[in-house]
Amino acid sequence: MKTFIVPENIAISDSGFIFLPSTGETFTLNELGKQIFKLLQAKKTIEEISSEILKEYDIDTLTLERDIEDFILRLKSLNLVTQV
Amino acid sequence: MKIAITGLNATDNPGPGVPVIRSLRHSKEFDGEIIGFIYDVLEPGIYMENLTRKNYLIPYPSSGLENLYERLAYIQQQEKIDVIIPTLDSELFGFVKLEDKLKELGIKMFLPSFEQLNIRAKDKLFDFCTDNNIYVPKNILVSSVLDLHKIPEEFDYPVVVKGIFYDAYIVNNLEEAKTAFLKISSKWGLPIIVQEFLKGDEFNVVALGDGTGMTVGAVAMRKLYITDKGKGWAGITIFDNNLIEISKKVIESIKWRSGMELEFIKSSETGQYYLLEINPRFPAWVYLAPNAGQNLPYALLQLALGKKVEQFDKYNVGTIFVRSSWDLFTDISVLEKITTKGEI
Amino acid sequence: MSAKKIYERPIVTKNQAGFMNKFGSSSLVKPKVEIDGVLVKDLVQKWGSPLFVISEKQIRSNQRNALRIFKSRYPKVQFAWSYKTNYLKAVCAVFHSEGSWAEVVSEFEYQKARRLGISGENIIFNGPDKSENALLTAIKENAKIHIDHYDELYKLLEITEANNLKANVAIRVNMDVGVYPKWDRFGFNYENGEAWQALKRIVISKNLNLIGLHTHIGTYMMSADAYKIATNKLVDLAKGLKNNFNINLEYIDLGGGFASHNTLLGQYLPAEEVVPSMDQFADAISSGLIELSGSLDELPTLVLETGRALIDDAGYLISKVIANKRLSTGKRAVIIDAGVNILFTSFWYKHKIHPANETGVHTEDTAIYGPLCMNIDCIRDSIIFPNVKKDDLLVIDYVGAYNVTQWMQFITMRPNVVMIMQDGTVELIRKSEDIDYIEQLEILPSSLKNR
Repeated sequence: MKTFIVPENIAISDSGFIFLPSTGETFTLNELGKQIFKLLQAKKTIEEISSEILKEYDIDTLTLERDIEDFILRLKSLNLVTQV
Repeated sequence: MKIAITGLNATDNPGPGVPVIRSLRHSKEFDGEIIGFIYDVLEPGIYMENLTRKNYLIPYPSSGLENLYERLAYIQQQEKIDVIIPTLDSELFGFVKLEDKLKELGIKMFLPSFEQLNIRAKDKLFDFCTDNNIYVPKNILVSSVLDLHKIPEEFDYPVVVKGIFYDAYIVNNLEEAKTAFLKISSKWGLPIIVQEFLKGDEFNVVALGDGTGMTVGAVAMRKLYITDKGKGWAGITIFDNNLIEISKKVIESIKWRSGMELEFIKSSETGQYYLLEINPRFPAWVYLAPNAGQNLPYALLQLALGKKVEQFDKYNVGTIFVRSSWDLFTDISVLEKITTKGEI
Repeated sequence: MSAKKIYERPIVTKNQAGFMNKFGSSSLVKPKVEIDGVLVKDLVQKWGSPLFVISEKQIRSNQRNALRIFKSRYPKVQFAWSYKTNYLKAVCAVFHSEGSWAEVVSEFEYQKARRLGISGENIIFNGPDKSENALLTAIKENAKIHIDHYDELYKLLEITEANNLKANVAIRVNMDVGVYPKWDRFGFNYENGEAWQALKRIVISKNLNLIGLHTHIGTYMMSADAYKIATNKLVDLAKGLKNNFNINLEYIDLGGGFASHNTLLGQYLPAEEVVPSMDQFADAISSGLIELSGSLDELPTLVLETGRALIDDAGYLISKVIANKRLSTGKRAVIIDAGVNILFTSFWYKHKIHPANETGVHTEDTAIYGPLCMNIDCIRDSIIFPNVKKDDLLVIDYVGAYNVTQWMQFITMRPNVVMIMQDGTVELIRKSEDIDYIEQLEILPSSLKNR
């Protein structure tokens, strides 16, 4: 089971805007990106996040799995999450 | 009355938006509200206090007319803008093509025609000047790096390598010419202009044509300090009848309808003024004009509103502008708002 | 059960100075759900993907509009459809039914025009390569032969003499119109007097009947002014012919080359902003023709061989998303089933691309690649594009010119081409290729069989 850690002092605003105090970088997330990011902050696992989204959105499991995979890859490359 | 103005990029390569706004405010009669149209969330004008009441991001000129129109139509629903004053070269074609559609939305502008824009396009200027007995440096158009090998056939190094919209480099040999070609073409596209390099002093004129051939006003300036990007950082108003007459001749023969900047070089060899460039909008130093007695931006606003304007017949010589850098401070929440909402 | 929310992929974008040009909740890329009232998904369901779609309505409206614009400025105007731009039978037939002649540049194109029932006198035969056989046929059928070079001129003198025939000819003239690059490889040069020499040679021949002058100053011309200069120079020659030899030409042919609304690679502003309108081209040409004097009967007809500007926006290419990728740089890439082998124009245009359905508002800098296993197969190397899924359909705009003539069978085969007719019905106008079609011309030497 994969767990991801979001750097501590990051805040995400309601508009999906992230400011990374350590580097001064800013990021913008769309609605679902924001939701997933908040769930990651709340230390949810990928499985928990997936099942929550599947309940809420009109999407199939495989597509979602692929999109979350891609999203987390992006977050990692932007240093917004680290994997443990 | 609401007036929207673009070009709030008061950076080290400044757009004319901020000085145009200051010029409008300079007029005692002006009581309009200013809206900023911006392309980037870090345009300094956004962060200046009491400059604009509100700012809206608009799409880059390269993203197409339809997008620009839709964005403007959306903004118009919120704001009911009376006049737009575009101030940047690259956006002019778009606004000219949208003129009629924007008029239907109740928005007035005071712009040159498409044909006039083309005459002043850097690649056409040469023919225009020779047809009208105005001195102009020799130039050729190049569309590929290979063409640069022809430079020695036409002129001696150094030569000036220029983009169709922006950017110019003085180059001393083929290698430098290639570098400049690649730099400019990757950003501003083809063709590239290779121009004879003339030694001499640079003079600039800001002017306003009313569209009938009349020059509403014209103020000449000599740069006192030039940055390493070739931008004037300080300048002084001067008067030479010859310079003003050439400028009036240009406006008369094109029947120019808008603000304009004419760039000249006075050849140290021949003593003649050579017209280097016509910019189809006010320059970033335009606020010098009202300070010297000719409020050309305010006159343009009057023309846009369909009012009559008096011709200016004089201005003060010896008025100086010195540009300064001035740091502005704000909180991250401002950046957040403009980034996520597109307006502030 | 309550309805679930509409899904949009989770996206994160790093904000960078100079790249933060978004407007809250509106997307810059508009979906194109239908073409001329026919749903894109229905077209693909029936005819497969990729699929070229041509709009009959758009062709007719372009042609009528162009004719109206020129006729309102000059009394005698004749268009000739430039076959090389798009020579599918159905496309040519639409132009011919609007009254256009055929403008051909090879024996093959000449034959195509004849097979469509176009009579020789309504065919303009251009180009540097006309075989003796082709010339003989063209002469016999009264085609309008535009001479490209001296060797051709002498060949014509020889053929007409030997067969005791008369040929209707014009010469193609090349000239300096102040634009770069100069097209001086076709025709006779104006400035150095070569054109005038050639005309004099034609005038004294008893077998060549000089009926016109032709020039074609370039392709994708962004300057209307250049056409004025070109017209002036042809008019100058026409006046010379009148004054010296009392010859009234039947026509002056200004060729084509008007730019379409496709934006070139390396061009910063979109074409729709910088390309002159048809009215501006017409103004430039007609202001040059004013110099001609004479009665209506004596005035030459203005012939135009406009290709691209009349067909480009009548053609669409529908393509399906094969896959989404993330490149090593983090940039998004989308692979679609239409490659550069069928969309040749992607080598010089920044084609507009729309998704065929509503997408989310988030856009990202994206590379769009074709399906070929070749590095050059890139449709757009950078386009701000919304997120699309596998099997989503895209519509590529302005592909009517030069694609279905320059396309090639390479790795994949060429797809169906359909035309949406004026009444909204859809007709197949060229079948997709199959392996039998491709192999029917191949011959396997017997020694290589049954190894």
